[in-house]
Amino acid sequence: MEKTSKLGRDGAKWGLIMVAPTVIGLIVLNIWPFIETIYMSFSKSLPFGEFEFEGIDNYVEMFQNAEFWKATGNTIFFCILTVPVGIFLALIVAVLLNSKIRGRTTFRAIFFLPMVVAPAAVAMVWKWIFNSQYGIINSLLGANIGWLTDSKIVLITCSVVQIWSNIGYDAVLLLAGLQNISVSLYEAADLDGASKVRQFFSITLPMVSPTLFVVLIMRLMSSLKVFDLIYMMVDDANPALNDVQSLMSLFYRESFIAGDKGYASAIVVWTVLLIGAVTLIQFIGQKKWVNYEV
Amino acid sequence: MDTAKSLKSSKRFTTGLTYLVLILGSVLMIFPFVWMVLTCFKTQAESMAIPPQILPSHWNLDNFVTALENLPFVNLYINTALLIVFRVICAVFFSSMAGYAFAKLEFPFKKALFSIILIQMMLPSQIFITPQYLMLAKLGLTNSIFALVFPGLVSAFGTFFLRQSYLAIPNDIAEAAYLDGCNKWQAFYKVMLPLTGPSMAALAIFTAVFAYSDLMWPLICNTDLNMMTLSAGLSTLNGQFTTNFPVLMAGSLLAMVPMVILYLLFQKQFIQGIAMTGGK
Repeated sequence: MEKTSKLGRDGAKWGLIMVAPTVIGLIVLNIWPFIETIYMSFSKSLPFGEFEFEGIDNYVEMFQNAEFWKATGNTIFFCILTVPVGIFLALIVAVLLNSKIRGRTTFRAIFFLPMVVAPAAVAMVWKWIFNSQYGIINSLLGANIGWLTDSKIVLITCSVVQIWSNIGYDAVLLLAGLQNISVSLYEAADLDGASKVRQFFSITLPMVSPTLFVVLIMRLMSSLKVFDLIYMMVDDANPALNDVQSLMSLFYRESFIAGDKGYASAIVVWTVLLIGAVTLIQFIGQKKWVNYEV
Repeated sequence: MDTAKSLKSSKRFTTGLTYLVLILGSVLMIFPFVWMVLTCFKTQAESMAIPPQILPSHWNLDNFVTALENLPFVNLYINTALLIVFRVICAVFFSSMAGYAFAKLEFPFKKALFSIILIQMMLPSQIFITPQYLMLAKLGLTNSIFALVFPGLVSAFGTFFLRQSYLAIPNDIAEAAYLDGCNKWQAFYKVMLPLTGPSMAALAIFTAVFAYSDLMWPLICNTDLNMMTLSAGLSTLNGQFTTNFPVLMAGSLLAMVPMVILYLLFQKQFIQGIAMTGGK
């Protein structure tokens, strides 16, 4: 008895020592900055990184700003364009990769490739492919479509690149979910004479739904904070900038180029609230379609 | 007999369709990279030829020379490598310690401290970024390797992830180590830590991939060209050579080659690592 309690006390000492670096790091690097960002969003930026509390002025200014609402709309539209189509395509790839075919690992490696290429390089090559004057797509089509400069098309172009970039990553996660489904379920369905399509909807989809939900949440969050791709594909001189600028690109410009850190903090707080709201809706909605029974 | 035959032919049809879709998909995935490589070797005039010229007339290396002259690639490689190495070491080391403690030890305020981990994981990193930058600027530490590593010194996700793998190890193993006379640290370091090898590898790969692709933080913290990462460097090249695509493609290729080689060598580990850490 005495020995266990001695070990227990020992555990308390070592426990605190071992979590200390992480906990102190998180407080300094994350918890305190989080509080500071909220404070800054209610403050006026002064020179030399100083702030002066001024109430809700930044939010009032933000809600009256057309550029801000446009960026919010772009971000939401980008989400709607990329998330459902991207996950649907990733699911198809995952199902195909889960069948008994030769060269599975090679196909999987190919689809996953964009994951290990920096988004900056990915954006650069697509910018070239979609170039309106000399890009290969317009050359092949014999057209002169402003994929990246036409205000009606540019967001769709960026969405295509986003989907292309993430298909392999999502497919790898979904594939892991598919591989957990017991083969006996399919064998029983085969005996009952159920078609492959029927099997997909009554076995595969319900069984993979928990993984699908994880991928959905991750994809929604990452689309709502999209930055790299849009920053690289659409430069400041692009006439369509306003029609594709996301909340995070606007935040970056306001905070680090224009230098209005108070106003920029209000944008980032708004984005976090938006992400929170979307995630909450998904967690409520999941009860209708996610199947947690084995 | 007939049904068996039709079943067999329908199976063959399904397999054929599977291959067709996967091959078409693979072509779409690879084409941009092939086009990038071909463009690198063309002159600017060739790249703009109408109708498009598929292969360069001469495989000339001028574009690589121009890219190397305009960007300090050696520095970019070194900075990116150091960023990745330090972030991986910090994430794996500190997260192993904290993950083990949260999984296996009892200590005061355990629940409250763990909730800090959960809060950090729920918040997007951009909400921390401005104060993190101001902190660095006040200390005069911008434009340094430390600045690049700074937000990744500790990892809430890593702690959470490794805690899961320590929870999966039975307590008996640690107790056997105590009976052999190990103290808590020795039991952790000599006995438990080696058992989480695959999880540590997965966390290392995950950390490396995301440190490599990050753009916003490197752009903010290091504005001196010689202290940039590959991603940030590419974005300045993008501004410099807006329409000279052969040079831009050469720069992009130079930036992506090291990671692609690592990926081709350790493909299985990369994919497993990402599948294990999945969904973050």
